[in-house]
Amino acid sequence: MTENKGKILFSGNEAAAEAAIRAGCKFYAGYPITPQNELIAYMADQLPLRDGVFVQAESELAAINMVFGAAASGVRTMTSSSSPGISLKQEGISYIAGSELPAVIINVQRGGPGLGGIGSAQGDYFQSTRSGGHGDYRCMVLAPATAQEMADMTFLAFDLADMYRMPVIVLSDAVTGQMMEGICFDDMEEPKKWSKPWALTGATGRERNIVHSFHLDQEELENFNKKLQAKYEAIKQKECRFETAGGDAPEYVMVAFGSCARTLKQIVTDPPEELKGKLGLFRPITLWPFPGEALAQYAASAKGVLTVEMNAGQMVEDVRLTVNGKIPVHLMPHPGGGIPVEARIRKKLTSLFCDDPPKQ
Amino acid sequence: MMTDTATVIKTPLYKRPRCLTDEVTHYCSGCGHGIMHRMLAELIDELDIREKTIGIAPVGCAVLAYNYIDIDWSEAAHGRPPAVATGIKRVQPDKIVFTYQGDGDLASIGMAETIHAANRGENITIIFINNGIYAMTQGQMAPTTLAGQVTTTTPRGRSVEEEGPPIKVCELLQGFERVRLLARTAVNSPENVRKTRKLLKKALMYQIEGTGFSLIEVLSACPTYWRKTPQDCSDFIENVMSATFPLRVFKDTGKGLP
Repeated sequence: MTENKGKILFSGNEAAAEAAIRAGCKFYAGYPITPQNELIAYMADQLPLRDGVFVQAESELAAINMVFGAAASGVRTMTSSSSPGISLKQEGISYIAGSELPAVIINVQRGGPGLGGIGSAQGDYFQSTRSGGHGDYRCMVLAPATAQEMADMTFLAFDLADMYRMPVIVLSDAVTGQMMEGICFDDMEEPKKWSKPWALTGATGRERNIVHSFHLDQEELENFNKKLQAKYEAIKQKECRFETAGGDAPEYVMVAFGSCARTLKQIVTDPPEELKGKLGLFRPITLWPFPGEALAQYAASAKGVLTVEMNAGQMVEDVRLTVNGKIPVHLMPHPGGGIPVEARIRKKLTSLFCDDPPKQ
Repeated sequence: MMTDTATVIKTPLYKRPRCLTDEVTHYCSGCGHGIMHRMLAELIDELDIREKTIGIAPVGCAVLAYNYIDIDWSEAAHGRPPAVATGIKRVQPDKIVFTYQGDGDLASIGMAETIHAANRGENITIIFINNGIYAMTQGQMAPTTLAGQVTTTTPRGRSVEEEGPPIKVCELLQGFERVRLLARTAVNSPENVRKTRKLLKKALMYQIEGTGFSLIEVLSACPTYWRKTPQDCSDFIENVMSATFPLRVFKDTGKGLP
């Protein structure tokens, strides 16, 4: 009982919504789509009662552009959706990145491509970690694995967005968003106040501000791009987040993010007999920046890597870039929605790493 | 005569409005944007709202409007100004927020944003410049291109059977209950410029009052892509364009919304 003290039962979607309000989110615009509907409903109910504005937009395009306007006004702002809706928001996200505005976007992923399904999936890794829209930009991407982390990472996302003036994506999935768990909000401090001298508040006693991403002069645009890239380099140095489970220098490393990592954590704490003391889990928490150096270090003495993803194999490309051919990297893909079954992963592990000789 | 001219220059009667910047605009000769920019700058000065006005620039010929009027501005993606304006106005209801959009931006790619902002009755002012053509991209068919009008994408003239007739935005929005002021004007003659100024001022004053979703549609010339002289353009607006797009006030709720 004591471990549940101070906790309330929330879905991940509601947890993210509550955390956003506690982080000082003053404007939310959204559009219905499964499996994120608890989030928009929570915002509609709570935000107007807590000094904020809720708008149900006419489309995902309108929602992200309303968020653009609120962000340009200098207030904390957020939108949420699921995969097909996030595709529609990409134009706006590119403009937000190009105008250096802070905004939080929650993607409760479902299966794709196209309309796909409504089951849990991780098929938007590429879209989130590369620039999902046009142009050379990045979003910071946080990947929660539990309802509590949906709250904590949403709260953190607002700080990161303000600090770096860029879009931050919380990349969740149907299971993490919809499953109900005990959540604690006690650790959330008062939101930090950021000075936003660039905001559009009316040119009172100052030069006018212009929020734009249009640079007709080629040299000016090149310089702006270089400035963005310098910002991204600094983020790569400072903001990589990850966690590990199992040994410090495992012989075999599993890599997974989000809810998939949660399943793998279970296996690491109780590994197959033949892999006892040999198995470790590396879980990137920031997908961009990808914690490559940390993974390379963690896998330095490993003989093999297995990446498990709820897609056809997307993060595995970053894992392979990281180990750079030094260690065989295997993939267990699970595309189209649904969660890989623990027993199947165990079977894959023993067939890969316990056969004699081990598979290359 | 020499002395008289010198006197006039010393005390000019017709001055640059405070809000109009000293930039040379990129607009073509005979284009209506210059008239509208100056009018807007004059009205912002006259209503003394410079320090609380935020403009939203479109994608189209007026994309660089923020270079010419000295207020806070945001750019918006093509067609999205009403959504951006909604975000700004909802978190800063005390500010005066307007969008400045062309026909492609407002009535084609941004039609959903236009209709839904009108239906919500957002307290914003939309300045809709209708020249019946995509001019920045060199003269393609716009949603408001006239039947039979030749453009680069309707080389044999706009066919109503294939492309549909021109979209009439004021007529479309007329039935929306939360629209406060809806009017179509033109800037092809001094008389029409004066009428436009009066209506735009009213629209801004309604917003200051607090319930002012207003849309002022302005028929405006594009000599470059209409391939006409400025004088012929003015005549075309007077005699041809306004036959399809009648100049009138479509809705004015007067003192407030019912």
